[in-house]
Amino acid sequence: MREFLEGSQAIAKVVSLCKPGVISAYPITPQTHIVEGLAQLIADGKLNSQFINVESEHSAASVVLGASACGVRVFTATSSQGLFLMAEVLFNIAGMRLPVVLTCANRAMSAPISIWNDHQDSISLRDSGLIQLYAENIQEAVDWHLLAYRLAESRNIMLPAMVCIDGYILTHGVEPVDMPEEGEIDRFLPEYQPPYKLDVDNPITLGCLADPEYYMETRFAIQETYKDILASMPQLFKEFGSIFGRSYNFVERYRLDDAEKAIVAMGSVCGTIKDVVDELRKKGKKVGLLKISVFRPFPYQEIYASLRSIPKVAVVDRALSLGSFAPLVSEIKALFFGKKKTPKIVSGFVAGLGGRDITKDSVKQIFRQLNQREVSGKFVDLKPELLQDKI
Amino acid sequence: MSGSQIKSLFASGHTACAGCGQSLAARLVIDAAGPNTIVANNTGCLEVFSTKYPESAWGIPWIHSLFENAAAVASGIEAALRFLEESSSKKRLRDITVIAQAGDGGTADIGLQALSGMWERGQNILSICYDNEAYENTGIQRSGLTPYDASTTTSPAGSRSFGNPRIKKPLPEIANAHGIIYVATATVGFPQDLQRKVKKAISLKGPKYLQIHVPCPLGWGYASSLTYQIARLAVQTGLYPLVEYENGVLKGVFKISPKPVEEYLKPQRRFKHIINNPEELSKIQEIANDNIKKYNLVTAAG
Amino acid sequence: MFGPIVAKPGSSRKNKTGSWRTESKPKFLQTNCIACRLCVLVCPEGCIEGLEKNSFHCDYDYCKGCGNCASICPKKDIEMVPEG
Repeated sequence: MREFLEGSQAIAKVVSLCKPGVISAYPITPQTHIVEGLAQLIADGKLNSQFINVESEHSAASVVLGASACGVRVFTATSSQGLFLMAEVLFNIAGMRLPVVLTCANRAMSAPISIWNDHQDSISLRDSGLIQLYAENIQEAVDWHLLAYRLAESRNIMLPAMVCIDGYILTHGVEPVDMPEEGEIDRFLPEYQPPYKLDVDNPITLGCLADPEYYMETRFAIQETYKDILASMPQLFKEFGSIFGRSYNFVERYRLDDAEKAIVAMGSVCGTIKDVVDELRKKGKKVGLLKISVFRPFPYQEIYASLRSIPKVAVVDRALSLGSFAPLVSEIKALFFGKKKTPKIVSGFVAGLGGRDITKDSVKQIFRQLNQREVSGKFVDLKPELLQDKI
Repeated sequence: MSGSQIKSLFASGHTACAGCGQSLAARLVIDAAGPNTIVANNTGCLEVFSTKYPESAWGIPWIHSLFENAAAVASGIEAALRFLEESSSKKRLRDITVIAQAGDGGTADIGLQALSGMWERGQNILSICYDNEAYENTGIQRSGLTPYDASTTTSPAGSRSFGNPRIKKPLPEIANAHGIIYVATATVGFPQDLQRKVKKAISLKGPKYLQIHVPCPLGWGYASSLTYQIARLAVQTGLYPLVEYENGVLKGVFKISPKPVEEYLKPQRRFKHIINNPEELSKIQEIANDNIKKYNLVTAAG
Repeated sequence: MFGPIVAKPGSSRKNKTGSWRTESKPKFLQTNCIACRLCVLVCPEGCIEGLEKNSFHCDYDYCKGCGNCASICPKKDIEMVPEG
């Protein structure tokens, strides 16, 4: 059914249709509308779920860990500092192979404190074992939650999954959304069948100490699982398309086929970039966009195949790895090493930190700068005159 | 004798030190709680010595996540059991006893926030603190429950130090301030009393707190054969009063004929530096006297 | 690949901690025992059993020789004897 919904309300609705048995969260902007929506659905008797109000995000993640270990589908959501407070638990959830699903309403990291959007929070958890899916718009945000649950709970995967949606832009924006029907969701997402759980009739011990004889193999198992995810997702995308009529992939290639210049980006900025691509194409410029939707697992092959024939590539990072290359550009550059066919230029741009708008002009500026030689770590729309050098 | 028929929910073969008070308490607790129990355990000695992969001493479903979050993990377990009972044909799931347990550091320090949250939410969980009065697992560092003057590796005695300068954080009172249904202290020195309190706690619905004194031969520096005796002396001197509250009302105290605190302190290396210091000894005696007065610990005959 | 770390209940019994004893082990004299069961209650290994008077004994596969049973026996019916 097509509805006009705020992003957070749309996510609350689709999560409720996934019927999580336990939901726990702690307030943080701009995530709060999601769990407020779920709390209201429970209060109105429209969702049968236990909502546990906790005293921190650390406990929110721990509550869903405990409930997931009992074989119950769970949900939590957070942003920024909250995600970092959860970080210790999220590594733990991944290591314990529990299919927790969470939404990250992407927000900048303090200091200085900022409630506005960039990707520093989720990108910083790239090594945690979380599956990471990035949404361009509210429809994708809705659909990625279904894929997140399906992936996370697959018997051969059993890993936590995080849907990343740009704070405010998607959490508070209103767009038309095709809300999946309950029956369709039930077909795509069967009831969670835990391979193991805390059960008094079949007592097991979870969370053992692993000495050097065993630890490394547990990490290897997760690394191997990520290969399984890459291998199994195409079939999952196909199944998703046949039920819901919308097709997804690891990446979206937007007018890339004959492109001479391409921007690589993630999240809501891809909408703006598409508009610019359309404008420039009208003027005869051969430009395109590679949108990365699945960041973990990192879809090397799809990215390589998409970019290898494009002479000039600009990677837009909305996060930093302070003291080194920005995260996305460094991973993309790394995948071309040793390959025969590669772009001539892979330039790195940093844009939209702490909610700085990435406008059409910003995008055009990036395309323009691709005429010159390769740049690295170029800040877009920077206003250096605002920096104080005296106190 | 081999091939024993001992039926305990905490099996032999764990790797605790010889004479470990915590391993003793863990067995007494879980055997009193029974098989219809799920345990969430904080990081610490107990977790390390009982669940070294691929082995586990536990005969009940048991989970360890992190140092500070057993109370929150247990909250998730309790919520999941409520959900499963309401949404499936499985009945009486909410009668399963859920225990969140930790050492003194995991309870009084790093885990206190999650524990406070759990108590405040009123969830039907028994939280247990195995109080060996220091971070023994990481090498005997001071915790919020380390007693006055105890020498630890981070509150060492020295020419300008008598060891830990603070008294124990009053955890039972903090628990009571949350308005929870049952709060008690116990010790491995009185094992029947300990097991009675576990059973009493799980018979009541709501949040419960049980703090168990568990001497540590390694960290406290005494012969491993003295665990039980030292645990008793802590009670008998008035330094570790055994008390029991229901809904914040003091319902019972373990009466004693007080012995001088030196009897408890003398066998322990952690108090060696003050055993010949009358001034410090009198301060510790004063702590015991305050407990004796506050809880009216002395028997009528004594 | 799915490789969770899950342990089976009571599997620690594979670990025979009796090998830890270096100096002494408890000897159950079984002469003055009154079956008070205190030794069973205070054994940190949970490796002492018995029902009737003078029937108590321990499983040396697990006994670490801590000596609490001997030190608390009210009838001095358990004594620590040299290992070996």
